[in-house]
Amino acid sequence: MTTGVDRQEAASSVPHSQEIGDDPPVATVPAVDEAPETQPVPWRHRHLLDVDALTRPELELVMGTTDAMREVLARPIPKVPALRGTAVTILFYEASTRTRVSFEVAAKNLSADVVNIAASSSSVSKGESLVDTVRTVEALGADMLVMRHSVSGAPYLAAEVFGGSVLNGGDGWHAHPSQALLDLYTLRGRFPGGSLEGRRVVILGDVMHSRVARSNIWTLTAMGADLWLCGPATLLRGFEAWAARGAAGRRFTVTSDVDAALRDADVVMALRIQRERMASGLLPSMREYAARYGLTRERLRAASPDVVVMHPGPMNEGVEIAADVAVDPRSVITEQVTNGVAVRMALLYLLAGARASARPEPGA
Amino acid sequence: MAAEDVRRAVIRISHEIVEKQAGTDGLALIGIQRRGVPLAHRIAEAIREHEGTVVPVGALDITFYRDDLSLVAQQPIVKGTQIPFDLNGATVVLVDDVLYTGRTIRSAMDALIDFGRPQAIRLAVLVDRGHRELPIRADHVGKNVPTSREEIVKVLLEETDGDDGVEIERVPAAEPAGGARA
Repeated sequence: MTTGVDRQEAASSVPHSQEIGDDPPVATVPAVDEAPETQPVPWRHRHLLDVDALTRPELELVMGTTDAMREVLARPIPKVPALRGTAVTILFYEASTRTRVSFEVAAKNLSADVVNIAASSSSVSKGESLVDTVRTVEALGADMLVMRHSVSGAPYLAAEVFGGSVLNGGDGWHAHPSQALLDLYTLRGRFPGGSLEGRRVVILGDVMHSRVARSNIWTLTAMGADLWLCGPATLLRGFEAWAARGAAGRRFTVTSDVDAALRDADVVMALRIQRERMASGLLPSMREYAARYGLTRERLRAASPDVVVMHPGPMNEGVEIAADVAVDPRSVITEQVTNGVAVRMALLYLLAGARASARPEPGA
Repeated sequence: MAAEDVRRAVIRISHEIVEKQAGTDGLALIGIQRRGVPLAHRIAEAIREHEGTVVPVGALDITFYRDDLSLVAQQPIVKGTQIPFDLNGATVVLVDDVLYTGRTIRSAMDALIDFGRPQAIRLAVLVDRGHRELPIRADHVGKNVPTSREEIVKVLLEETDGDDGVEIERVPAAEPAGGARA
């Protein structure tokens, strides 16, 4: 079950221009073969709901700003006053350690004021609706809202009612933009010149339930990677059709053959088996999954000798990734966490800038 | 100012800096991105020529310290800070191309103090165009250029613009001079 499509042929069949009319901007997806501009583009997004709205120059701008944030993190006092007076509310309807803490540290490093709301200990548990919660958060003075929700699309609803900026910290199966951007940043640091052009990147595991995979498909194909999705057929449903049809010139390969996918791979990203979202019947058992698709040293031998091993966390060690692979020198899993803070600082900073410039000038 | 005037101003400033410090001990130059950085390197080169000592040079990006976040969207990418030496107890000379409202310098001083505790901070600029909005003055000035707020002072340097010189442009009255460097 392999659906490979010729990249060249695919690229030529895609319209290159985007029409700009008087109509309100619809969710047009930028084509991947848009030429990178020499001059950095200005940032125009007020919200970051998914990475599908970002053009390649905009991705480059995020990467460049992240470089600057890494320099800030290396200072004796890793704190700058860029977001002083900006109130950031972190509203998480789902459990999280690294994403929530990472956003909190990022906002604090930029001198923002941070409020944390865990849905379980708020009025949400009394039955308050999402829209009411967002309105309340705004009335309490929030300028930016970082949100995680178990329902796909929930941040889009929040963005409709919230007057500030909404940053999607993960919604259902749909998108996890900050994770995809930190993955991209981590990978760029691993390849000469930061180029992913033609690099074989394998996303392995529970692709169906993975917002990380869905967001990574956009960024990795935009940067020219040769992307492979691999997992049990039950966890790849729908992706063959997407791969064959493509979207805005993006193409990838879908297969259930783990050995074929890992052959000469430059990057392997193992995904967590999401037991909490798993309907019955998709997998016979965790043990069988581990035996057939778990990322082990043995399987990694087929990959390129300096393959980069990634995992978005949290890991089920011994299921999708063997414990020794997770701590192998080829693994960048802890680096992903460190880069997460810098990427989220860059995102908060760029979104705050767009928000500030959208406001009327005082005295103008 | 023509290229020759820029060269002479840089040499004079380099002498003034050394004279004020009575030597080069404890001296460090930090250029403000973007055109302050090549200027700082030129001043250091001039000091090396007439004093025979090498003064450390750093670069400072004050983007994250600005008080006008609304300009982020129009501003190009952050260019980065490199201060590979200890500021504690040093005499730091900030170097920039144009001194105007003084807000850039205020931001630069905030940024510097996060890196350490210099014994003194001084300021050297190629052009002082007036119109200060903060109580800040330069210690070493290449040239005082009286301007109106409607004008834009453009400093060109070989390293960034291919040629040396200072030009004054008039902005059409309809447009506010929002693009000028602070």
